[in-house]
Amino acid sequence: MHNPALSPQGAKDRRRGLRRGRRALALPVAALALSGCTLPGFGASPGDTTSSKSVFHLWQWFSVGAVIIGLLVVVLMLWSIVMHRRKGDAIPVQTQYHLPLEVIYTVVPILIVFGLFAATLVVENKEVANPKTSVIVDVNAFQWGWEFLYPGHNALVYGQTTQNPEMVIPSNENVHINLTSTDVIHGFYVHDFNFSRYALPGVTNQFTLRATNNGVFSGQCTQLCGLYHSLMYFRVKVVSPADYQAWLDSFNNKQDAIKAQAAAASLQQELATGVASKPAYTKFGR
Amino acid sequence: MTDVLEPSHVEHADHVHDEHHGPSGLVKWLTTTDHKIIGLSYTVTAVVLFVVGGLFAEIIRFQLASPNGTLVTLAQYNELFTMHGSVMIYLFAGPFAFGALANIIVPIQIGAPDMAFPRLNALSYWLYLGGSITMLSGFFTAGGAANFGWVGYAPLSNSLNSPGAGADLWIGGLLLTGFSAIFTGVNLCATVFYLRAPGMTMFRMPIFTWNLLVTAILILLAFPVLTAGLIMLYADRHFGTHIFSNSGGGVPVLWQHIFWFWGHPEVYILALPFFGMVTEVIAVFSKKPVFGYKGMIFATLTIAALSLGVWAHHMFTTGVVLLPFFSIMSLLIAVPTGIKMFNWIGTMWRGQIWYSTAMLMALGFLFTFLIGGLTGIYLASPPLDFFTHDTYFVVAHFHSVVMALVLGAMAGLFYWGPKFTGYLLNERLGKAQFWFLFIGTQVFTFPLYLLGLYGMSRRMAVYPNHPEWQHLNDISTAGAVMIGISTILFVVNIAYSWKKYPAGDNPWDAQTLEWFTTSPPPHHNFYRLPQIRSERPTWDYNHPEHRALHHGEHEAAPAEVNA
Repeated sequence: MHNPALSPQGAKDRRRGLRRGRRALALPVAALALSGCTLPGFGASPGDTTSSKSVFHLWQWFSVGAVIIGLLVVVLMLWSIVMHRRKGDAIPVQTQYHLPLEVIYTVVPILIVFGLFAATLVVENKEVANPKTSVIVDVNAFQWGWEFLYPGHNALVYGQTTQNPEMVIPSNENVHINLTSTDVIHGFYVHDFNFSRYALPGVTNQFTLRATNNGVFSGQCTQLCGLYHSLMYFRVKVVSPADYQAWLDSFNNKQDAIKAQAAAASLQQELATGVASKPAYTKFGR
Repeated sequence: MTDVLEPSHVEHADHVHDEHHGPSGLVKWLTTTDHKIIGLSYTVTAVVLFVVGGLFAEIIRFQLASPNGTLVTLAQYNELFTMHGSVMIYLFAGPFAFGALANIIVPIQIGAPDMAFPRLNALSYWLYLGGSITMLSGFFTAGGAANFGWVGYAPLSNSLNSPGAGADLWIGGLLLTGFSAIFTGVNLCATVFYLRAPGMTMFRMPIFTWNLLVTAILILLAFPVLTAGLIMLYADRHFGTHIFSNSGGGVPVLWQHIFWFWGHPEVYILALPFFGMVTEVIAVFSKKPVFGYKGMIFATLTIAALSLGVWAHHMFTTGVVLLPFFSIMSLLIAVPTGIKMFNWIGTMWRGQIWYSTAMLMALGFLFTFLIGGLTGIYLASPPLDFFTHDTYFVVAHFHSVVMALVLGAMAGLFYWGPKFTGYLLNERLGKAQFWFLFIGTQVFTFPLYLLGLYGMSRRMAVYPNHPEWQHLNDISTAGAVMIGISTILFVVNIAYSWKKYPAGDNPWDAQTLEWFTTSPPPHHNFYRLPQIRSERPTWDYNHPEHRALHHGEHEAAPAEVNA
């Protein structure tokens, strides 16, 4: 017992220091809690739908937790790495158990986990809710492209790989998406919406998007689907509700609709027969 | 001290050479049932396959070093990442974890003469070697190797979308290595339950052996499911069944359920042995007992139990699984994992830490695994998983974890290598290897986290729409090159240190039973055993006055110990 830190007085000092440290930490944490938006993004961004913003806040809070716990562990590790390096041939005290300490680092993480789970549930329930809406898009993924159908209208958008087919949706309205696939599993992913969902053959996945800003957002297939997976892009064009209606109406010109459908049919036939295995991008083919 | 149990017919060291009249050379290697030689074969095979998988990774990284990389074609790229993942997970990490070091060390740690079923053990190795060659031979077929990702999702893996022999060889190779794993699981369980030396109770087994026992149980629960799934997949491809295709009334997502019901326990089948390795290394090089030994075991058991109920967290974005259940189960795994982390730090706390290469590798493991573990917590939350699923964030997360396991494997090799070869490796080269591996790992993974958050998807051979991602990809490629250099340094070290530094029985003042016998151990491992009164029999024998202390206990005077 030569180490002064081991003496009861030292221990008391350390404990007092810890308490002071905790109080010092409590203030900024509380301040941050009051203004979620002032937190850094930790590499993510708020995105352009209502749920992408909730996901972003959830991301921020998970990150705050991860940084605090990570730093605590790194400091403890570095402390022992530096302070408890070998200084001689003496054999250290062979401490093996410290039950109160072990209980603390079992119970506290359980509480943290339930906190994270509660926050998860709140955001998740918001995100998977499907409120009633009149704007519906049937999204059909195939090898290797996308088809966007607007049931009840003549509108149809169809495109392969780098043709970047554009899904047009109105801003600030709930858009109900019915997602499926005609062949293998694809992934519908729009980075600016902080969201992805599988397009499964034989299953129709339903979800709701509510875009907050007008603009063009790039999307792509994220689930490996074969040769041209890397090039299976699409775009989401968010326009004002009036422009959206005008866009839909433009398809009511029968001629356009027939043309579009004919193009789609021929494309599908080419794909089925394998004639068109020469998409826009041949440079990387076998 | 007369704490040594001498058998009535005392064997002496000078009998080493005539005790075992077997063949030698190639015939010995082909016919052996000695767990140490089989384990060494596993070790060499697994390290060779690690180099093969690593070469695939380097090609992948160089392809991604520019947005329109033309090093390989799209088709070749799909084969490369499929076989990179398959080789690293199926052929390197698993067999290295429960075939290589487990085979050599577990019987010695519990004072057994060999594995319980030595011939089954030999069969395991030959199935593993045969399966590995089978899987890799896909590259020599007309259609190329398997190209549907290491997870082989249906219906991409059916005969329509993936015709060709490469896919069948992948299934066949995986079946063979799967049986190899199952047999090893049986063998490890039987060995641990029936062949422990007198005095070696369950709660005196070293953590490494405990972790391997739990791993073996997980293997027995998980691998048969994979085997069944693979047979179904093969039947779909060749016998006209429609288990995974909806055209005949099947369900494609069923494959994912089967695959991940094996796949998530597999994560811990891979990880637990390496957890065990670093636990032993940290305790020995801190000159302390494992802190919270029993808590550590319960944490391992908890991880194993939870790991069977979390498979669908790989399937959150399918939209067809119950999100909250799999979310809370997955989040809860953080608790026992955290316990392990704190136990490792507790083991180092107030120790006398000796920074040998093995210890540096173990510390590198701690740091890298911390990052991989914390980023894993995000993925247990469905909304955050929707956001990052199939992006490079996930790739970065599991590469942090598996690179931590590689650091753990290196810790194990530097620590136990001298035991089964009889020779130490060069420490200076080892430390150079450590810094390249450790820094390389962080340089490699950190940009990938950012790329994932910026929207870069997995399994893309090119990213023509996003030239701005090139810089981060280049940094990651530089990290991959550093990891490659570290592997070269390891091979150089083996060549340079070849039979140069004799190790002696116990070069590290280690604690467990394997350090009580000679290096390398004799044919049936022991001529004599110490009394086993704790999980550290060798330490107790060498330092009888320094036994482990419970909470509130103080170091006793030597007189009290003898009493």
